[in-house]
Amino acid sequence: MPLMGPPHADEPTAFAHSRPGRRASSLPVLDVPEVDPAGALPGVELADAPIALPELGELDVVRHLTRLSQRNHGIDAGFYPLGSCSMKYNPRVADAAAALPGFRDLHPWAPDSAAQGTLGLLWDLERWLAELTGLSAASFQPAAGAQGELTGLMLIRAYHEDRGDARRTIIVPDSAHGTNPASAAMCGYDVVTVPSGPDGLVDVDALEGLVDGQTAGLMLTNPNTVGVFEVEIARISSILRAAGALLYYDGANFNAICGRARPGDMGFDVVHLNVHKTFATPHGGGGPGAGPVVVSDRLAPYLPGPVVALDGETYRWDADRPKSIGRLHGFHGNVGVLVRAYAFLLALGGDGLAQMSAKAVLNANYVAAQVTGSLPLGFPQHRPMHEFVVTGASLRAHGVRVTDLCKRLIDLGFHPPTNYFPLIVDEALMVEPTETESRETLDAFAAALNQAVAEAGTDPDLLRAAPTTTPVGRLDEALAARRLRVRWQPDGG
Amino acid sequence: MEFAPHTDADIEAMLAAVGVADLDALFDHLPAEARLDRPLDLPPGRSEDEVLRALADHAARNVTGTVCFAGGGAYDHYVPALLPAIIGRGEFLTSYTPYQPEVSQGILQAIFEYQTVISELTGLPVSNASLYDGASAVAEAVSMAAAATRRSRVLLSQALDAPTRQVVRTYGHPLGRVVEDLPYGPDGRTPVAVPDDGTVAAVVVQQPNALGVVEDVRAWADAAHAAGAQLIVKWEPTAAGLLATPGAQGADLVVGEGQPLGQGLAYGGPTFGFLACGQDQVRRLPGRIVGETVDVRGNRGYVMTLRAREQDIRRERATSNICTNQTLCALAGLIHLTWLGPRGLQELARHCLARARHAADRLTRIDGVDLAVDGPFLKEFALRVPADPHAVVRALSGEGWLVGPVVPDGLAAGAVLVATTERRTPAQVEGLADALDRVLKEVG
Repeated sequence: MPLMGPPHADEPTAFAHSRPGRRASSLPVLDVPEVDPAGALPGVELADAPIALPELGELDVVRHLTRLSQRNHGIDAGFYPLGSCSMKYNPRVADAAAALPGFRDLHPWAPDSAAQGTLGLLWDLERWLAELTGLSAASFQPAAGAQGELTGLMLIRAYHEDRGDARRTIIVPDSAHGTNPASAAMCGYDVVTVPSGPDGLVDVDALEGLVDGQTAGLMLTNPNTVGVFEVEIARISSILRAAGALLYYDGANFNAICGRARPGDMGFDVVHLNVHKTFATPHGGGGPGAGPVVVSDRLAPYLPGPVVALDGETYRWDADRPKSIGRLHGFHGNVGVLVRAYAFLLALGGDGLAQMSAKAVLNANYVAAQVTGSLPLGFPQHRPMHEFVVTGASLRAHGVRVTDLCKRLIDLGFHPPTNYFPLIVDEALMVEPTETESRETLDAFAAALNQAVAEAGTDPDLLRAAPTTTPVGRLDEALAARRLRVRWQPDGG
Repeated sequence: MEFAPHTDADIEAMLAAVGVADLDALFDHLPAEARLDRPLDLPPGRSEDEVLRALADHAARNVTGTVCFAGGGAYDHYVPALLPAIIGRGEFLTSYTPYQPEVSQGILQAIFEYQTVISELTGLPVSNASLYDGASAVAEAVSMAAAATRRSRVLLSQALDAPTRQVVRTYGHPLGRVVEDLPYGPDGRTPVAVPDDGTVAAVVVQQPNALGVVEDVRAWADAAHAAGAQLIVKWEPTAAGLLATPGAQGADLVVGEGQPLGQGLAYGGPTFGFLACGQDQVRRLPGRIVGETVDVRGNRGYVMTLRAREQDIRRERATSNICTNQTLCALAGLIHLTWLGPRGLQELARHCLARARHAADRLTRIDGVDLAVDGPFLKEFALRVPADPHAVVRALSGEGWLVGPVVPDGLAAGAVLVATTERRTPAQVEGLADALDRVLKEVG
């Protein structure tokens, strides 16, 4: 069955639906004396007209947004094997927990005495994340993985500066997520790239040659972005430590090893966890997530403040932290996402988490076993973990790119995997099934992928013309960038 | 409980297909020193019912039955009932960044509409697809201004909320930025002055500011521009129902905290930050931007655009490292604004103003209670109380009245912020006044 059904009619914007005088909202009757703004705000420049928002009735609002939702694919509707994104099922119990009035209606500046439930939850969660990572203390302020990276690098910088040992460079693998070098640059570091070897792992000899007294740290994802475990992690760690540098663990792929291996035991001093990926908060079309950082004892003094403290039986925010790098968030972080992570961890428990990772790895290996006859693994030397990367380079012979293959998958009823990442694999296709998908779904996906690869040889135009079952066909990205229409205009419909 | 659907027979068949003896053997190639050779020391798994009960126990230890007069960037505005129903639709809720636009037109068009309402609300033509929160939005805007001016000194109004000032310093420190506070005056406004010595990249003011007072944004824009600096305004979005937009008054970058737009309180997160700029700064914008285009059949459609600014393409030369943002929260903001409409937003701002004046009049009739500054305010004001303000806040909270936060620095340090949304009634103001009177007699 196609992913999107027959093409839908164009849905005009809310602005095009707007009719002067229509409205959905109602406010409580004003039962205090009315105030004339001009009189009450002397010398203040007031708006000369209401803001040009769309004017819709309530049903218009509901129908418009419902129609938009019907033009959008989510996990609830079907498989979403986006590599590096851990698109697993998001149990509704976590949403129900976050929606409890005690969490939903708590003001961020309520006194600590009124926030004991949330503070206690964060206290427990900090201990659980420490156990999961093999580290000791956490900050919950980072609102997403990338902000967690920036925070972690700031901690590394603060550690070195505190020792009077300012360092200039951060090393990242050439296979790293783009956020890694971008975060390092935002933290004022020069980025040094370490190449991957022919097996997709960090070239440790090359790394040894790159590490020097200016190296502040190494950022590593393990398993790495080709889905393979960096088995020489002990040697990598000792090279960095010998030079006085620290190791940063990018938690993007933590779903592979949760309950099986711990960054702290591998020599990492700081980790960010994408709790929305691993511990299942709905991804919401691109967020919110949360990216708490977990650190070793030696980085704990620098954590963003305030942090949760416990005095006897009373929790409080402790802001008295002279070595802290400071705040990263205007309130306390994406606490609602952390509540969901807590609910998820409580549901699975320790044993369930170790099962979760095993089934995520099983699912990836199971799909890989079925499709690598059509498309070879980018790096066949090592067992994939929770995701695998294949190369579609062979399709070029038919004049077909991996993009075309992905668009054909849509017509065959599947959201495509991540493509063109990691950059070190030619025509990369990165598949992450996650543990929540059934064997039948995986079989059907593998069959569709194999079918599309076969069609590349027999009917390449079918792939190049895809998708044909979606509300729109392929979109002109060059026109979008050239014309740059980034908001609705009255003359533009 | 588990959310993986595997039966024992599935696992057996799948292991056979993979050629591995059992689940543990999938990890055999991990070096022994990296492997965890014991069970995790976490509580055992629980049923859904037990999970919810455990969470309900935590939630019950929060005190949320209070009447909320608290402010400081988060306000108790009404969230319309249709909002959770729409953002709870699985098609939005369980999708991700729209990398495949043909099956993501819903969220892409919603972001396009979001960018439009943010553009209208700020008075600037271009908005990105959202940032984490108001504070990091200010920090990102500072980076844009520093890049545009090639300068590194940043002046922050002391009446910019304290957490935001701290976040700007945290972001600025590794880059060697010099960040200074400009004290506000007795009227709660920041005296307009920008040193014209070629060093200042940006001035940041808040509108209305952290004391609730309306700043003279036009004068700030003129002064910043005369010094070759950019003006960044942190804009309280509901003020757009009353005040001229900062963009119309000459601000270069307008950012803000999205909490008042359909987010609820939720202990301050998740919410979203917004950021808008002029056409000339589009290529320095951080994060996602959605643009309109056409498909191969000539139909209108939407895609993420100007992707070459972003971290996954540009890596260490990207405008920012942001990847996942707060899309679902931004969608809630769009829904809230669409529900309000132009007249609803205007009424909301006027009602807040009227209720704040009424509350301020009533509360300042209490002996020793006075406005801490005398500048014009909209929905929030700073009250000087004749007692330890933190003790007053705690005591009021215990009696069911939430106010605060306490102003941390400047001439009004120690004043207590009081905010009135459209939901606060005269009876509640009377109740707060009685409680404050009582509390002051006890702790004073």
